[in-house]
Amino acid sequence: MEGSTVTAELMRQHLIDPEVCIRCNTCEEVCPEKAITHNDVNYAIDFAKCTMKGDCLPPCPTGAIDSFRKVARAWTVEEQFGWDSLPPDSEIVLESAGPVPEDVEKITGVATEGAGGATLPPWSAAHPYINLYTPDHPAEATVVGNMRLTAEGASTDIHHIVLDFGNAAFPYLEGQSIGILPPGTDAKGRPHHVRLYSVASPREGERPGYNNLAITVKRIAEDNDGNPVTGVASSYLCDLDKGDTVRVTGPFGTSYLMPNHAGANLLMICTGTGSAPMRAMTERRRRKWARGAAEAGGSMALFFGARTKDELPYFGPLQKLPDAFIDVQLAFSREPGQDKEYVQDRMRARADAVARLLKDDNTFVYICGHKRMEDGVSAAFEDICRANGLDWKELRDQLRRTGRYHVETYY
Amino acid sequence: MSINYNERIPNNVDLGEDRQLQRALEHWQPKYIDWWKDMGPEGFQSQDVYLRTAVSVDPQGWAQFGYVKMPDYRWGIFLTPSDENRLVNFGDHKGDKAWTEVPGEYRSILRRIITVQGDTEPASVEQQRFLGATAPSLYDMRNLFQVNVEEGRHLWAMVYLLHKYFGRDGREEGEALLERRSGDENHPRILGAFNEKTPDWLSFFFFTFITDRDGKYQLAALAESGFDPLSRTCKFMLTEEAHHLFVGETGIARVLQRTAEVAKQIGSEDPDALRKAGVIDFQTVQKYLNFHYSVTLDLYGAEISTNAANYYTMGLKGRFEETKIDDDHQLKGDTYPVPIRSNGGIGIEQVPALTAMNERLRDDYVVDVQKGVDRWNKMLEKTGVRARMTLAHKCFNRRVGRFDIDQPDIDHFSPDGRAIPESEWTKMHTEWLPTHEDHAYVASLMGAVNEPGKIANWIAPPRVGIDGKPALDFEYIRFD
Repeated sequence: MEGSTVTAELMRQHLIDPEVCIRCNTCEEVCPEKAITHNDVNYAIDFAKCTMKGDCLPPCPTGAIDSFRKVARAWTVEEQFGWDSLPPDSEIVLESAGPVPEDVEKITGVATEGAGGATLPPWSAAHPYINLYTPDHPAEATVVGNMRLTAEGASTDIHHIVLDFGNAAFPYLEGQSIGILPPGTDAKGRPHHVRLYSVASPREGERPGYNNLAITVKRIAEDNDGNPVTGVASSYLCDLDKGDTVRVTGPFGTSYLMPNHAGANLLMICTGTGSAPMRAMTERRRRKWARGAAEAGGSMALFFGARTKDELPYFGPLQKLPDAFIDVQLAFSREPGQDKEYVQDRMRARADAVARLLKDDNTFVYICGHKRMEDGVSAAFEDICRANGLDWKELRDQLRRTGRYHVETYY
Repeated sequence: MSINYNERIPNNVDLGEDRQLQRALEHWQPKYIDWWKDMGPEGFQSQDVYLRTAVSVDPQGWAQFGYVKMPDYRWGIFLTPSDENRLVNFGDHKGDKAWTEVPGEYRSILRRIITVQGDTEPASVEQQRFLGATAPSLYDMRNLFQVNVEEGRHLWAMVYLLHKYFGRDGREEGEALLERRSGDENHPRILGAFNEKTPDWLSFFFFTFITDRDGKYQLAALAESGFDPLSRTCKFMLTEEAHHLFVGETGIARVLQRTAEVAKQIGSEDPDALRKAGVIDFQTVQKYLNFHYSVTLDLYGAEISTNAANYYTMGLKGRFEETKIDDDHQLKGDTYPVPIRSNGGIGIEQVPALTAMNERLRDDYVVDVQKGVDRWNKMLEKTGVRARMTLAHKCFNRRVGRFDIDQPDIDHFSPDGRAIPESEWTKMHTEWLPTHEDHAYVASLMGAVNEPGKIANWIAPPRVGIDGKPALDFEYIRFD
């Protein structure tokens, strides 16, 4: 872990701020691990002994004990004894392990075809970290949640899986993907290919302040032609229990990112598990909105298609979002007793609202889901534009050039 | 008056099951509340204060934060959990099992030790009762009240011991603790420093930095006691004492930091220029330090003391961190150096270590104070000013023991430890100790700043708030 070859295996180290500490010895008395010690100058925490149990936090009269740093190599007790003040977080920058692996490039290449290949990110997007973890040096995440999103009787099995990265730094943004390395080998004895999943949680964690993220995984039970198959990675993920560990690569993705500036509008169109990035962005905005943060502003519209209500991931939580916060339009193509409706039909039904958003320079468009949706959505855009005096092809190119049009679709 | 014990008085001493103790407290508790309303923080009894309350002794339980009106504060009774294998660790009884009951032969001495310690707790609340009206910020006001309610709890802790282990005599001592008054001519508190005034916030910060630190060392010595309930009571009190020391150390540091900032701005460290700019000049801070330090050194008692030797030999009061010291813990043949007048200066006399217990604890204390002063100086150095704080010689301005300046034929000593004639003292003492004029100047700066986000001009804001809250922009006291 030492030296310049460090990639991203930063650890969280508990330390004591010597400028705030009054050397009262309370923490040393209370630590059940005997991890805290002192010399004539400072108090210090032995990284090897500290279990982060936190018994020392409430009794500290000063708050000096509430200090944590990301480090590539833990500070020794001796080093801490010599401090006048706390050092900054590790100076070792999170470094990409090199070019993004070929297989990942291939997958993302196909996924972004609909946007005309790789595009620019929104101008106000945060800087993404990419490729911090590789198949040779994957991050090990622990499953802390695995919940089926679709109704019990539904024909599709979609899971919301929460992965915790413990002490390993895994910074990500809404819209990025992670790679999952299924264990074992294929029929020819080779390791399984990496599978990419869009992150479904906002950057500060599925649970805010925790080092975790969520993904949305559909269990693959048939191939595109309808023949029964068992998806290696999806079955592996959907069957995980809490406490299981998963090997993760990434994060990946430098353009399918959300704008951060106030007043940015989001127009989101998705089907099935394509809802993962939409859920991440919506949740990011929702938390800000709940805090009353001004930069949460800008309107949001979501066009979301599934076969039935029971198969639409996040159906329940979506119902709870206030209209003032987001315009949610759901389309069901197989809901009993209802006409077939696809996202493009919903878009046409809300043509005025879509047109208003398209005419606004502050609107950012996100499309994610099965490849099949692309043509229908394009046609809807064309119709809506024509009826509103716009040229879709021209507009799309302009959106693309300004980092405002993002497509990720898959077979 | 009936009390719902476990709810009203958080405790880990089975109060709900102890009828005798309940009866004693039923009698004492209303008087305590009367005393608190009478002598506690003046004018702030009905405000909601963001306070820390101990509800149990485990790490999660003893720091519960929330808004409380001070008279409703849940003063609890806590002892650190007992260790059945604990021994008497020093003196003639070394190696015996620690006592869970008072040994008959030490009964009156122990009662006296506990009473003297207990008397300091309400005394400081009385000394500080008017400071709420001139707090430099809500953060500081909250810290003052936290210190006050915890001193109140420390009184409870001592009264618990008196009630539980000393029968009727103990109950009478408990009552007397509520009857003495700090600074009262006819009915003063037992120890000198606790009858001094705490007229302003600079005094308060020095009191908590300097005098509460004496509390720390006394409690630490009692925490070594062979009488286990006293030991366990004091150990828990020490965790709270730490907050008081914090308030003092950071309070002074913030005063010095502010003065240093202004000195840099105006390009001068001249006292008059600094006063003109509305901050406390370095010299005045140094004078306050000299005063509080010398007065507090007296609290340790005479350099040579048979009583102190007896307390140690009896196993009642140990040395600071007794069990960490590598010796025989009986000290029969050992010696210890104490200061003595010699050839017009100060020399060293080796005396039997047992009789020098007071001096030894005083010396341990001096080392601790010096470290705090060093931290202030480090901060001053960083800001780029020339001023530094220094600790006076331990024989300066003493009124107890060999260097008591009120005794006839005793020379005075300057802060740097030189013996000086009376005439020089008369001329110079106003340079070393705060004068009426200094007090008046500091008093002139004291004005209430009761709005979140604001702080008085003479002190820098704290670096961090309480319980993870913002340092200034938080309503630590609610006035409506």
